[in-house]
Amino acid sequence: MTRVHDMGGRFGDGPVTPEPEEGPVFAEDWHGRALAITLAAGALGQWNIDTSRHTRERLSPKDYARFSYYEKWVSGLADLLVEKGVLTVEDLTNGGDDALHPLASRALKAKSVSAALASGGPADRPSDVPVKFEVGQKVRTLHPAANRLVDGGHTRLPVYAAGAEGHILRLHGTHVLPDSSAHGLGEAPEPLYAVVFPASQLWADPEHPNDEVVLDLWQSYLEAQ
Amino acid sequence: MPHDDHNHPHALLPPEPALRVKALETILTRKGLIDPAALNEIIDTYQNKIGPQNGARVVAKAWTDPAFRQALVEDATSVVADLGYYGRQGEHMVVVENTPEQHNMVVCTLCSCYPWPLLGIPPGWYKSDAYRARAVREPRKVLADFGVALPQDTAVRVWDSTAEIRYLVLPMRPAGTDGLGEDELAALVTRDSMIGTGLPKVPA
Repeated sequence: MTRVHDMGGRFGDGPVTPEPEEGPVFAEDWHGRALAITLAAGALGQWNIDTSRHTRERLSPKDYARFSYYEKWVSGLADLLVEKGVLTVEDLTNGGDDALHPLASRALKAKSVSAALASGGPADRPSDVPVKFEVGQKVRTLHPAANRLVDGGHTRLPVYAAGAEGHILRLHGTHVLPDSSAHGLGEAPEPLYAVVFPASQLWADPEHPNDEVVLDLWQSYLEAQ
Repeated sequence: MPHDDHNHPHALLPPEPALRVKALETILTRKGLIDPAALNEIIDTYQNKIGPQNGARVVAKAWTDPAFRQALVEDATSVVADLGYYGRQGEHMVVVENTPEQHNMVVCTLCSCYPWPLLGIPPGWYKSDAYRARAVREPRKVLADFGVALPQDTAVRVWDSTAEIRYLVLPMRPAGTDGLGEDELAALVTRDSMIGTGLPKVPA
């Protein structure tokens, strides 16, 4: 099983509400603050992007459903800061203190923001895991969708695509495996593919006979057909 | 092991979201862990400097320069980096081209992955449960929510951004734009047309 965030294909959410192209980037000031704090705290180097995604996914299903987008971000961040020992429960309860933190020397400075955002964090790594599939080859995804290293852990194989037959569209190179990286088990890079599935493999009643869905999937999520 | 402790620390902060953010910002600032000036800089970057105008330039150039278009669909990351568009959430780019036979649409069903250097911060609807849940299963009904109807025989290919690869849709160049230059063409390229939930504007 995966978690509450894994909602691809779900029924019952109602219409999508488009927004004007020229609308504000941040609908509320605190949205921008939530994003900026999350990015700046990430620069302290105490976790990676997979850990931080998994922290949001681990919000209880009730919280995940009732929180707005940036509420999930800031709540996940508070949880992560305490889990990683950067802050204590007392800090959150009493507002913290003014003693300089041991990690303060790593704080992102205004003058470094532009370079930090421009350099990003590539996820490709050299790997000695041999490439197993070639473009055009038929594959099937694992079933059930689940982290095979950690029970209830992070994975990027959505439930709707578990046990489905498709074929390799493209090899993206070798990338960090989120199932391992999110849990401090190492980056474990392996081949990553774009895999294309006929909509009829995924849905009981697809809209059109030629529709397809493409997912980016790691080699260990796939079996040869 | 994942921590499924139900006493989540976030519950210790004020419940009202704006106050929750403010409280966390204050705690981190007091300890020297974040610099409020850096926060302002991050917000300014995504509010004013990086946005869909970047992607629109790439699309307009692809419409006017066949060699660029070819290079873009073969190796988007290096081609857009040459134009200065690289960075966080755009480290691995793939550009997918619409044709009369196939329309492309991008979603992230698991979170909100989106090509920041080319499109900026995603709009609210892109991050909504409704879009994340429905785009993969009923793309035409979602397109109808945007007022878009595709020809009967056009197939839809939906790209679910499950890894660190970020996708940009290259829409078809609208008819009646033969004499237009790159700047005029870029003005026709909408954000939604590069996500695949819209089509470019047609010249007046």
